[in-house]
Amino acid sequence: MRDKPPAEPPSSEVTSEKTYLRRRELLKNAGLFAGTAVAVAGGLHLLGRNQTRPMDRFVPDAGLVEQPVAKAMGPYDTDEPRTPYEDVTTYNNFYEFGFDKNDPARFAHTLKPKPWSVVIDGEVHKPRTVDVEQLTSWFSLEERVYRMRCVEAWSMVIPWLGFPLAALLQRVEPTSHAKYVAFTTLLDPEQMPGQRRALLDWPYTEGLRLDEAMNPLTLLATGLYGRQLPNQNGAPLRLVVPWKYGFKGIKSIVRISLTREEPMTTWRLSAPREYGFYANVNPSVPHPRWSQASERRIGDFERRPTLPFNGYAEQVAHLYTGMDLRRFY
Amino acid sequence: MASSPYHPWLNPALVVGGLSPLLMLAVQGPRGELGPNAIEAALHQTGLLALVLLLASLACTPLRLVAGWTWPARVRRTLGLLAFTYAVAHFLVYAVLDQGLAWGALWADVTERPFITVGFAALVLLVPLAVTSTNRWVRRLGFPRWQRLHRLAYVAAALGVVHFVWRVKKDITEPLIYGAVLALLMAIRVGEAMRKRRARAAAAARNPA
Repeated sequence: MRDKPPAEPPSSEVTSEKTYLRRRELLKNAGLFAGTAVAVAGGLHLLGRNQTRPMDRFVPDAGLVEQPVAKAMGPYDTDEPRTPYEDVTTYNNFYEFGFDKNDPARFAHTLKPKPWSVVIDGEVHKPRTVDVEQLTSWFSLEERVYRMRCVEAWSMVIPWLGFPLAALLQRVEPTSHAKYVAFTTLLDPEQMPGQRRALLDWPYTEGLRLDEAMNPLTLLATGLYGRQLPNQNGAPLRLVVPWKYGFKGIKSIVRISLTREEPMTTWRLSAPREYGFYANVNPSVPHPRWSQASERRIGDFERRPTLPFNGYAEQVAHLYTGMDLRRFY
Repeated sequence: MASSPYHPWLNPALVVGGLSPLLMLAVQGPRGELGPNAIEAALHQTGLLALVLLLASLACTPLRLVAGWTWPARVRRTLGLLAFTYAVAHFLVYAVLDQGLAWGALWADVTERPFITVGFAALVLLVPLAVTSTNRWVRRLGFPRWQRLHRLAYVAAALGVVHFVWRVKKDITEPLIYGAVLALLMAIRVGEAMRKRRARAAAAARNPA
């Protein structure tokens, strides 16, 4: 038997050359289309990544401290809902670690808050240099639930752990010449890489008038949410002045000096029209570039009106009687 | 490569790729994936991409002049309209989500704060360009007039850069990079204009009337 030639498919099933080429063209174009679309989307995503960057590194909390004695709501506490711990510790301004809000949480692990000593000097009868743990041991820690209003018109509610600055100042006995308190942050580009760029005049400095510093609201904080301060929130010791904009709350303090003259502060040096020495929260004095009349509480959708002195007028308004708060902003 | 073949996939791919960041924002925002301050994140993202796409549309002509490519000219309109889309989205995020359509506050911002004023001016300048972006409008105005009108894109881009510089609190590196890109693109255009003028002058000198 002879082999039959291999059967050809009927001509109706043979793709014409024209159609075949058109399909190839179509496939090629579909591939180019998809590739280009993905490349464009990826490129735009990369360019905008600073603006919407998910957290890729979250610094674990620094551990529980001895819980403060459970107490009823203190006279200065707010009962407003607290900002979640994760937001408080991942949305920060701490330019020593970068300019994006999530930079501090990503990069502040290079800060070594232990051992840490604090210099207390200037117009005091008992100047000293003391380890922060010893300094903390002199006082009983209290929890204070404060509103925090950033100059950028966002706000939080944070349960701080700390002690009144007044208690420390009384202990070192200011002289009769002391009129102001000046604070200084650590200067160490190894630990604070942002200090390698001279965008601000490092180290960061802040200051208060003595009566502001002695006000019972003014807190030196060592923790929040019952835990040690995370590095990105200013470990191991930071200032909290709840009626002033957030930048007054200087972080990672290494020096507290009592002075005769009003100290120069970092932001004021950088942009004197925008950031004054007093920096009291004031809805009727706009920042040159935006209104301060309202704020967005982190986690809220709607803005809320900003309160004079961030809602602490009853405790602090008397400190500024007779002062023009437009001039002394 | 003097001219390039027709690429039917190019414009559709640009539209899909260009709009995907906007879609991602619309999906991620409500799901809480834009961080603690989603509105601020969306505001920064839309503003940045508006500027990037506007600069990309202004790069088409210089690419033709320098590299001899003609395909960028075919995507210029798409890029410009994408830039306008992001500029509108940026304004809506600010006016609706951020300010909650508080007209008094918006008016005060636009009139009293130079940083907002220049941003708003850039958006306003882009509106007639978006409206007249069709072939019909080119024919209706005649190409020379249409071209003069669309030079407003240069002004809008410059205002966008200024708006960006003034927004930033301290670190103006990033806005200055975009400013440098714009300056380069404009320098190429100015160089070309001067070359043409010299060529015309030379031609006039050869053929005295």
